[in-house]
Amino acid sequence: MIPELGHLALILALCLALVQATLPMIGAWRGDRQWMSLAQPAAWGQFAFLLFSFACLAHAFLVDDFSVAYVASNSNSALPWYYKLSAVWGAHEGSLLLWALILGGWTFAVSVFSRQLPEEMLARVLGVMGIISCGFLLFLLITSNPFGRLLPQMPTDGRDLNPLLQDFGLIVHPPMLYMGYVGFSVAFAFAIAALLGGRLDAAWARWSRPWTLVAWSFLGFGIVLGSWWAYYELGWGGWWFWDPVENASFMPWLLGTALLHSLAVTEKRGVFKSWTVLLAIAAFSLSLLGTFLVRSGVLTSVHAFANDPERGIFVLGFLLVVVGSSLTLFAIRAPVVKSQVGFALWSREMLLLVNNLVLMVAASTILLGTLYPLLLDALSGAKLSVGPPYFNALFLPLMGLLMLTLGVGVLVRWKDTPQKWLIGMLTPVLLASVVLAAAASFLLGDFAWAVLATCFLAAWVVLTGVRDLLDKTRHKGLLKGMLSLSPSYWGMQLAHAGLAVCALGIVLTSQESVERDLRMAPNDTLELSGYRFVFEGTRHHLGPNYEGDRGTIRVFEDGDEVAVLHPEKRIYTVRGMPMTEAGIDAGFTRDIYVALGEPLENGAWAVRLHIKPFVRWIWLGGLLTALGGVLAASDRRYRVKVKTRVREALGLAGQGV
Amino acid sequence: MKRAILLLPLLIFLGVAVFLYRGLFLNPAELPSALIDKPFPAFSLPSVVDAQKLISEADLKGKPALVNVWATWCVSCKAEHPVLNQLAEQGVVIHGINYKDDNAAAQKWLSEFHNPYQLDIRDEQGTLGLDLGVYGAPETFLIDKHGIIRHKFVGVIDERVWREQLAARYQELVDE
Repeated sequence: MIPELGHLALILALCLALVQATLPMIGAWRGDRQWMSLAQPAAWGQFAFLLFSFACLAHAFLVDDFSVAYVASNSNSALPWYYKLSAVWGAHEGSLLLWALILGGWTFAVSVFSRQLPEEMLARVLGVMGIISCGFLLFLLITSNPFGRLLPQMPTDGRDLNPLLQDFGLIVHPPMLYMGYVGFSVAFAFAIAALLGGRLDAAWARWSRPWTLVAWSFLGFGIVLGSWWAYYELGWGGWWFWDPVENASFMPWLLGTALLHSLAVTEKRGVFKSWTVLLAIAAFSLSLLGTFLVRSGVLTSVHAFANDPERGIFVLGFLLVVVGSSLTLFAIRAPVVKSQVGFALWSREMLLLVNNLVLMVAASTILLGTLYPLLLDALSGAKLSVGPPYFNALFLPLMGLLMLTLGVGVLVRWKDTPQKWLIGMLTPVLLASVVLAAAASFLLGDFAWAVLATCFLAAWVVLTGVRDLLDKTRHKGLLKGMLSLSPSYWGMQLAHAGLAVCALGIVLTSQESVERDLRMAPNDTLELSGYRFVFEGTRHHLGPNYEGDRGTIRVFEDGDEVAVLHPEKRIYTVRGMPMTEAGIDAGFTRDIYVALGEPLENGAWAVRLHIKPFVRWIWLGGLLTALGGVLAASDRRYRVKVKTRVREALGLAGQGV
Repeated sequence: MKRAILLLPLLIFLGVAVFLYRGLFLNPAELPSALIDKPFPAFSLPSVVDAQKLISEADLKGKPALVNVWATWCVSCKAEHPVLNQLAEQGVVIHGINYKDDNAAAQKWLSEFHNPYQLDIRDEQGTLGLDLGVYGAPETFLIDKHGIIRHKFVGVIDERVWREQLAARYQELVDE
């Protein structure tokens, strides 16, 4: 009964989405306030029904209702309750429902927090989000209903959740990622609403900025979590694979980054309007494209959801409608009048333009690498795959260029910067960065160009930030000046520092990691870069839905015990799938990573030992960057001053909204 | 003129969409029909474990077998490997093609995760993969006792895939 209610709620949510997608738009077009005012209640009702529907599915999982086909194929009565809950989004149907729910949540948030928007604008924004919601709800109901029953022959127990997904990382990774993906729909909706209303001005950019920042931060968190999960769960210490699905999440992030910077220019200087709109459309389009790639089966990948051409056609059709019509709208309505505001070569506008170009080229490179096999297949029937070498060769130099530009971009002024002043600011930073990079390279021992270059770039990014901070606080004194700087400024500093930290982590891990594979019998020891590993053998044990061998490895440094690690080899009984649980001693400057291979004779095991210097920095950097986004979004000017200033800008002062 | 430039993103998108549409009907898991029922392409390549030993297409004849294309850089292969081990234990004949891989890493993998392959072909340059039209890894070919390719499966072989798609075909070839 409850799953049927969930299904019904989904249908009702679709009905409300249809209302939300049509009537307010027509109202905005005709200037009918009553029709426009329908948008908010429709959005709230839709969110409530989606929440209810999601709760129904979660309930079916928690009470082990194996008559529901989706539950039967993705859960098992022996699964702990928290994995039963996360199994809700463990496969295609449920994750799509989560997607729809999050979209409903974002729409709800927009309708609550954007009351200061002009009525027409809000109606259009919610209308556009309603259209997107209609698409996804139809997709759910037509091709991927999670509430389908297996009656009368219901299985006595479920086929269990894929063991790879039975993990804390998976509980959080998809919701975070979807928050990001779907969050870009807000920026998209604002862009479309602005195009429809013919009002692409600074106010529009200002409204979009906090939403874009939050979505972008979530996406960043999601990507970091995914990478961290791959690191400890796949059991061999890799953290990024250039897999099509990873790329699908990374491309919107890159374009989102470009969009953030471009929005800043549009808000402050009123230039790059068309470009910014295009980026907003592109960022969300790539989110949709990611959905298409993952769920249609055109590419094979580790993440591949159950594939079905019918679903592929639906998503492609939807993509065509949404992206096609928004790009058409863009071509018709985007402003072509040359902006009155000019800017010089050494201006922040110019540097941000370079930032945008680099990010755009980087995203296109990844898009090409991801789609190329597909294109080639379609053109000539030849089948080919491009691997990490392609991505690394193109992507890494671009990021180097990005970091180089970043340093200058932070320091230059809007409009124009006296070159003499700029050189005066940059010279000490340049010298200090070179010295620091050389020192770091010397301390690390063996020399590598990649390490030297990355240390230089990281120092460059951080020091130009510090230089700018000193310059900004030179009148008030450091402490007082620092307190008076806005959260959005600190957010920027934090995000840039995060990039530097992440870059250092990546290069140091790839260059300095040590690993050893060997056979270890109980009480064998091994010395590896200053650590002594003692293997104490394994013990068989039973988990709730698996059995496994749990090893004990003690790690000593200079005679002191630094860690006791318990790598595991598990067999998940229902699917008969073996899994490796790595034993990791996480540290700020290095990780000790131990995984069990195959059992050998007499209690001996094939053991893999890694020492991965600075690997945490990769995720630390990503987290800092995402936090920077949150901090910037928390800036008060987006909430308080917006009311008066925007109304002034729109000539609405004194008018009740 | 300027307005025309604004049409560019739309045109690019439509171009991509056409390819995506065609991509839908090009099942990456489907072998171009040309290779099905054709003999396994000729090759002569060393073994992964023993560089002195040369393997050629003649060695594949005699028994129906799965020929699995894998690599250590392929994440999905890692998930697939235990299933292959299990199948090998049940007596299914499996040969491996180590595709575009670093041989030391491949050796390490086989010694660490167990070697399910009766023949382990070392295709470091990817030439055999090219002849086979390999799209990526993992891919698995089903050949009969005369070394004729009878079926191709792209993607990870898990328990379900084996049970529902491959077991019956393999059994058929054994019974032939």
